[in-house]
Order: sequence, then C-alpha cells, then structure tokens
Amino acid sequence: MNEIIEGFIQAGELIISLDPEVLEITARSLLISLAATLIASLIAIPIGGFIHFREFGGKRGLITIIQTLYALPTVIAGLFVFLLLSRVGPFGFLGLLFTPVGMIIGQTVLVIPLMVGMTLIALSGVKQSIQDEVVSLGATTAQTVATIIKEARFAIMGGVILGFGRAISEVGAAMIIGGNIRGYTRVLTTAIALETSMGNIAFSIALGIILLVIAMIVTAALFLVQER
Amino acid sequence: MIELVSVCKRFGGKEVLRDLTFSVQKGEIFTLIGPSGTGKTTILRLINMLDDPTSGTILIDGRDTKASEGERVMLRRRMSVVFQKPAALRGNVYENVALGLKFRGTPAGEVRQRVSEALGLVGLEGYEERNATTLSGGELQRVAIARALVSRPEILLMDEPTANLDPGSTERIENLILTQNRQFGTTIVLSTHDMIQGQRLATRIAVILDRELRQVGDSREIFYHPGSREVARMVGVENIFDGRIIANEEGLASIDVGGFTIFATCPYPAGSSVTVFIRPEELLLLGGEKGRSSARNNLLGTISRVTPIGPNIRIQVDAGVLLVAVITRRSYDDLGLSPGAPVYCSFKASALHVVERVR
Repeated sequence: MNEIIEGFIQAGELIISLDPEVLEITARSLLISLAATLIASLIAIPIGGFIHFREFGGKRGLITIIQTLYALPTVIAGLFVFLLLSRVGPFGFLGLLFTPVGMIIGQTVLVIPLMVGMTLIALSGVKQSIQDEVVSLGATTAQTVATIIKEARFAIMGGVILGFGRAISEVGAAMIIGGNIRGYTRVLTTAIALETSMGNIAFSIALGIILLVIAMIVTAALFLVQER
Repeated sequence: MIELVSVCKRFGGKEVLRDLTFSVQKGEIFTLIGPSGTGKTTILRLINMLDDPTSGTILIDGRDTKASEGERVMLRRRMSVVFQKPAALRGNVYENVALGLKFRGTPAGEVRQRVSEALGLVGLEGYEERNATTLSGGELQRVAIARALVSRPEILLMDEPTANLDPGSTERIENLILTQNRQFGTTIVLSTHDMIQGQRLATRIAVILDRELRQVGDSREIFYHPGSREVARMVGVENIFDGRIIANEEGLASIDVGGFTIFATCPYPAGSSVTVFIRPEELLLLGGEKGRSSARNNLLGTISRVTPIGPNIRIQVDAGVLLVAVITRRSYDDLGLSPGAPVYCSFKASALHVVERVR
C-alpha cells in the first residue's frame, strides 16, 4: 500500500519538475496521434461524404461493416499494418516498421472507420430541406457536398475529436508497429505498459495522470463542440 | 418560359400529380391554387429539378430539364425558390443571403452590395450580422426571399410565400412580388391556398384539385366562370345547383332546378343538363313578402342561418333550395333581417354562370 502512495508522490514530483523523459514521451504521443488524426480526417471525411451523397449497391452493408470496425481491436489494426510494413510485406521496402511514421499509419488505419461513421451520422443530421435550399440556390454537386459538410462541421469535428481520443489512448498498434524504442517510438501508453511490468510504478503513474488529463481535455473539447 | 407536358409524378406507389399540361408565359405571375396536399409544392420542385417527373416533359425556356447535371445547374441558376418552410444554414444572415452568389462566383465586392440591396427590399436592413438560425419565422421567410432575389432570377418560384406571415408583412411581400414582376419582368410561379391572394397577384390562375389541373385562366374566368362544380367550390361559389334547361329563348334559358324555375343567360339548348353557379355576393336580399325586385329571379324563403364573417354576414336562406348570400352588416341591419324572417332572394339572369354537365 505504501508503495502505491509513494508512487503517487513521486509521480507528482516527476510532473512538477518537468522531467525531460516524461515531457519527451508526452510530446511524441501528442505528435503521433495528432498527425494520425489529421491524416485520418483528410481521408475519412471525404469518404463519408462520398458514401452519404452517392447511391450505390451494398451501401447499407458497407455502413454496417464500418460500424463494426468502430470496435476494431487495436492489436488487429497493429498486426495488419505490421504485416504491410514488415520486411516481407508489400511496403517493407519503405523501412517504416518501428518508426513514428509507421505508428502514425497504424493509428490512422485504426481511427478511419470511426471517423467515417461519425461523418455519416453528422451528414445525415443535416435536414433534407437544407440540401434542397443549397441545390436550388444553384450549387454544383461539388458545391453542394462542400456546403453540407460545412453545415455539419460541428458534428464532424466531434467525430474527429473522438478519433483523436481513440488514437492517443490505444496501446496495441503503437506497441506492435512502434516497438516501444526508448527515445524514438516510445509513447505514453507503451511506456506505461513497459514501466509497470518493470516495477517502475511512479513513472507509470505520472504518465497515466498525463494521459488522463489529455483524455479529459479531449472530452471537454468534444462537449464544447457539441454544444454549438 | 416554362412548359409542362403530360407530367406525372409518383412517390413510391403514391400518385402525386396526374397528366399535368400547362405553360407559363414569360413575365407573368402564374398562381397555383388548391387545397393543401394537392401537389402544388411538387410542381414547383419539379420545375426547379429538385425532383424529376415520373413521366412527361418539362421545358424551361425551351430546354428539356432531362439533361446533364451541369446543364441542370445552369438552368437552376436562372431561377430561385422560396420554400414554404425555408431553412437557414448555420451562420449569419449575410452568409445565408450571399450563398447563391458565392456558388455563381460573383466578385466579393458586388456580393456585399447586392446582399444589402436584397435585405433592403424585404425590410431587413442591417440584419447582416444576425444569427440566421435564431430568426423568427417571419424574419426567416423574408431572409429566404432576399436570398432568392439576390441572384436576380428570371424565374421566381414561391411556395405559399406568405403562409407564415402577419397581415402587415404579407402586404409588404405581395407588393414586393408585384414590383419584382413589373420592374424586372421576372416570371413568377407561386402557390397559395388563399383565393384572394391569387386574385390580387395573378396574371393567370391554375386550379389544382385532387392531383390534377382543373382549370387555367385569368382571375375573372376562374372566379366567375368556374369550369366545374369542384372549381366553383374551391373559389368560393356557394350556390351550386344541377338542373335541366326547359327552354331557351334567344339566350335566356329557363332552368328547372329541383322543382324551381330560374332564369339565366346561357347558350345551351333545351334539354341540356347543366350546373348553375351563383356567387353569394350576387344575391340580393329584400326583406318582407312584398319586396320583389326587378331582377329576373325572385325566390321567397326564410332565413335559416346567419354567420358573421369579418365585416360581412353570410346568410343562408331556405327557399325550397338552400341559397347563400353575403351582404354587409350595414345592409343586414338596414333591411331589418333576422333568423326565421321571410325574405326575397333576387338575382339577375346575367349573374348566373351556367356550365353544361358532361357525363
């Protein structure tokens, strides 16, 4: 019991003293997950728009698959990208395995389904009457899509924030693709996993607190966006 | 300017419009009149290509609306729609009104000037920065009209444009519609369930009943020469009788209407089955039993029901057949009428409108 209390005290000291390693890991985590979120948004929002505005066979089925992938296990996403990037895989020649770029790819793959799904929900929340107005005002198809996406921007932003939350808190893909290399691919979640197994409780607790604070900020941002 | 040829529209299995053929001339105000749910909105949506007809052809300025999306956008940019329940996009009033110009790539400076001009037209000067999603219904309606006018459309489609407005705003919008039409020659198609509005605004009126076009004509034709019983009902003719022409002497026919004989000017020969319409305003009431007038038709009856409608009074008279008259409250008082009192209903032979019944 004392060890745990001790751990919290030391964790506090690590954070307050701005321990260089803690800061470095936090910064890397934020950077990788923000990059993944940005790239995933650039892919997922147009895909969501395409699915929403186009009628095609199997649309319902596709949406169901996307919804299923919300719960894509992070280790599966990790394994999938690992296979693609491994030396024997199709993209092995790029040498991205065990690099931060590889981790960004992994997290991007992980959150795209969630963001596509949230984009679809956001777009179907825009009333048909709004779309009629836009079309009747002389919008081309591209202008209509852009205007409706803009109309749903707050709801879509909610999906983006959720995606970031999933990216920064996942450990499976980061561990498998990044390999938890100290000073290179070690992020908050993988560091917590390692340090805890090594009995370095204080360090884990410090990183855990930081991760929780980030999660709280994300939730608060989501709340603010959805208030709009 | 707009031509519909044999247009049918079904939504799923439900027929909404049946075999519609009419054309709207350039520069006229064409009014669609009919009760709610008869497809007026659908007609406007079809013209704007928001929906496509199930069968039939729609031409805008001679061009078929069955065209590539690019051509349809070009056609759409020559018209504007004001929906019955306009929708506001997120953002302020300026952004909402400017949207159509943005789509057309109008230069920013001109957009600003035209938006403030359009807001001025609808009496919303200085509303640019207001949040569009929190406007009242009437304000939003006017923003929607500004949004439609800002692109200076050749064709303006309006679905019940004053249904949500108070009388003051209604008058303002009606004047705006007339000005827009006269000053810029804008072709206007508007739907309304308000006969009187139709009469005030329309160059021509189309009566839409039960998914079909029943009659097209100027307001005089529609109001005084309705082509059928249903149209007559729709435009407020309350006295409608089926009868048979007994004799016709040089255009003055005696018509047997359920045991009564009334005289009317009409061209149909003896033996024709006809329907007779009398507008309630055309009935003259004379109190007492001896007060016959010089008019051809004088029917004695008793007042069976009295209903005030605004400044007028609607009086139902039982003269063997039920007749409805509308007179001013002043005449009602001056004549000393009251329920149960005997009264002469008199009307000229020329005040009747007679149509031959087609079986």
